[in-house]
Amino acid sequence: MNGRLAKAVAFAGALTLGIVFIAGFAPVRAQEESTLVADLSENLIAITTGFSGIDVLLFGATDGYGEVIVVVRGPTDSVTVRKKERVAGIWVNTSSLGFDGVPGYYRFAASQPVDTLLTEELRQTFQIGDRNIAVAPLETRSPAIEKDFFDALIRNKQRASLYDAEQGTVKFLGNRLFRTQISLPANVPTGKYSVEVFLVSDGIIVNRTTTPLVVVKSGFEEQVYTFAHEQAALYGLIAIVIALVAGWFAGYVFRKI
Amino acid sequence: MTIYLPIAEMSVDVFLILAMGGGIGFLSGVFGVGGGFLMTPLLIFIGVPPAVAVATEANQIVASSVSGVLAHMQRANVDFKMGIVLTIGGFAGSAVGVTLFTLLRSLGQVDLLISISYVVFLGIIGLVMLLESGRTMLRSHRGSGRRTKLHQHTWLHGLPFKVRFRRSRLYISALVPLAIGFFVGVLAAIMGVGGGFIMVPAMIYLLGMPTSVVVGTSLFQIIFVTASVTFLQAVNNQTVDIVLALLLLLGAVVGAQFGSKASGVLRGEQLRGLLALMVLGVCTKIGFDLVAEPDDLFSITDALGHRT
Repeated sequence: MNGRLAKAVAFAGALTLGIVFIAGFAPVRAQEESTLVADLSENLIAITTGFSGIDVLLFGATDGYGEVIVVVRGPTDSVTVRKKERVAGIWVNTSSLGFDGVPGYYRFAASQPVDTLLTEELRQTFQIGDRNIAVAPLETRSPAIEKDFFDALIRNKQRASLYDAEQGTVKFLGNRLFRTQISLPANVPTGKYSVEVFLVSDGIIVNRTTTPLVVVKSGFEEQVYTFAHEQAALYGLIAIVIALVAGWFAGYVFRKI
Repeated sequence: MTIYLPIAEMSVDVFLILAMGGGIGFLSGVFGVGGGFLMTPLLIFIGVPPAVAVATEANQIVASSVSGVLAHMQRANVDFKMGIVLTIGGFAGSAVGVTLFTLLRSLGQVDLLISISYVVFLGIIGLVMLLESGRTMLRSHRGSGRRTKLHQHTWLHGLPFKVRFRRSRLYISALVPLAIGFFVGVLAAIMGVGGGFIMVPAMIYLLGMPTSVVVGTSLFQIIFVTASVTFLQAVNNQTVDIVLALLLLLGAVVGAQFGSKASGVLRGEQLRGLLALMVLGVCTKIGFDLVAEPDDLFSITDALGHRT
């Protein structure tokens, strides 16, 4: 894939979306003077053989007033949450609820405690904080059960270090420049991420910008994965041949010793 | 040093995987078993998704069985005719096993299926081996013992389609090895094992094969059955991780060489007794996890089946 082109397209898309959003949403006051620029130290993360997680630096500038909130969301997927119950002495998955639109990764950071910056309602609207992630249950259940499964979803993602319950810090250097660290663990899902930066003043979002971040498997890893999925039968045969040759070779070598 | 596994989609410590391969290779060298029944639970334990663990271990067993069977072929310890009949049954069994696996995976019950299979089969085999080796040890202490007949005739010998297996000096119905092959094929697909621990006793006690050809013939058919499982898992579930399989293999072949040297120190029944204890240990651990209340009653699975 042409990374640069994809980035440009994604950026243009995000920009358009941002403009439409700003224009169409009441609490967002379009202010020409509220400058907000932000970028990442890397926009394309390649998962190669030695990949064990990476820290990406987000940096940017404002024109000197307001606080900054950063929300990073990974590619969405559907996830099944299952509940175990004791059946005849053993723990068995008895019920399940699927959710659609679950980000594979979620972090947020802000320059002040986020509950002092925005109302609960606004935080919900902009999905700030992992409790406010908007996911769609695939079946209707009673609100109490839905909440149980939703809580379990968030809890399990947190345990896998894919979500963080804690607010990260956005650091201001002087009163214009800011930066924050986004750490991607070794098990990050691949795909398109969005890094949203909000400029907040007096409880209102005065500007926002979105920077794309793409995580891809690259080189050998990518080739093996694509091959295994696109030519599954051939991959299976090659796996067998490799095992046969490796086994024969190992036996041969050790008889010589 | 970490390495990213392309199919399991996780990064692991290379030396941990090599050590696991080496350790289990050593044990398989000592006891003359494939070690799949130890490796698959261990892989799941370190966080490899069960579907990937089972399929990848099948791929690794192909390799280790090839190295093993070559040595047995040199000593003419392989009954090819019997091996082929077992393999035909095994192909059918592995197809059924992988289909069942794929179905239960979509229902979210595959972990349970794997665990229960392990508890049941390891439990039975472990107990039988422990009793048998205990009896042998007692008998060798007392000095003399009852002699058993070379062939004991049961209803199995009355079945039709009789075939002569020269190398095993048997004239039995082909239905019996076909059924055994089928059954072990199902288990190989579900449990990520070669099935030697079931196949070997079945050959001795059900078929009445001479012990000299049992291990070689078992290894011979395991190659084909695990190859079939590898292929079917790759096609149905895309869960065979070549990188992981090669790392495990590398450790296993080295470990197995040291293991087979070490096995000369102990007597046969002592080896079997120790193996039985190990089998029961794994069985108890998995059984305990089934009945102990989990820390979190809820679990999530994504498309690949990564558990958290």
